[in-house]
Amino acid sequence: MKTHLTRRYLFSASHRLHSAEMSAEENLANYGKCNNPHGHGHNYFLEVTVSGQVDPGTGMICNLVDLDRCVEKEVLARYNLENLNALEEFSVTVPTTENLCIQIFETLHQSFPHAHLERVRLEETMMNSFEYAGGHEGQH
Amino acid sequence: MIYLTRKAEFSASHYYHNPAFTPEENQRLFGKCNNPNGHGHNYTLEVTVKGEVDPRSGFVVDLKQLKEIMKREVLDAMDHRFLNKEVPEFFTRIPTTENLAIAVWQRLERKLQQAHLHRVRVYETPDLFVDFYGEE
Repeated sequence: MKTHLTRRYLFSASHRLHSAEMSAEENLANYGKCNNPHGHGHNYFLEVTVSGQVDPGTGMICNLVDLDRCVEKEVLARYNLENLNALEEFSVTVPTTENLCIQIFETLHQSFPHAHLERVRLEETMMNSFEYAGGHEGQH
Repeated sequence: MIYLTRKAEFSASHYYHNPAFTPEENQRLFGKCNNPNGHGHNYTLEVTVKGEVDPRSGFVVDLKQLKEIMKREVLDAMDHRFLNKEVPEFFTRIPTTENLAIAVWQRLERKLQQAHLHRVRVYETPDLFVDFYGEE
């Protein structure tokens, strides 16, 4: 039977929201405090949801150890305690949490073969969070 | 259509073991969870029902009734129990969080009359939860 499993992770990173396509005034108007040239940081909570049939032998969709290992290697090791703007994927793209969420989804979609990646949800603060399900509306 | 979610908590112990596998396979697959003496969790259960708002009562479901069904069908059976040994579903199925969400769904679905079950979410820890939406 198909079930959805969600695992929650934490990483901390800094970023600055600034678009090279906008003037200094436009950047400030759009991004406000987030445009501070020295950057600022967040504790990001990441939720990764996978789905699949429950294996009758193991009772699991996939082994949590494999999921943890993949997220650790592909996401946490790359982003934890880093300045996002200094990373290749954000050299042009603005490291908003929307774009980070999409990037993490695409990375995990390619690197986790053991279950279907349903959704990535990223909390930037307690007050705001972003979800990406791969460019199509989630079923639920 | 409107959705209503009710939460409940229960504490139980379990271990993961498949008698069809060798002890080595069980250990490799399930790691520390294979300890036959079991270990415990505080589970949080979220039951979401859906339906139309009754124009007379303003309710989608009688919350008291839902609470009673959850207590009778799930909490009384699973709270402060060893799932492998005391809950019939897990005499033959491994009490993973996946199977627990399915078992809770099956217990509730047959008892709910007024509203339709939409989702059962079971948190094993704050960092891990499973959603079941019924058979698709």
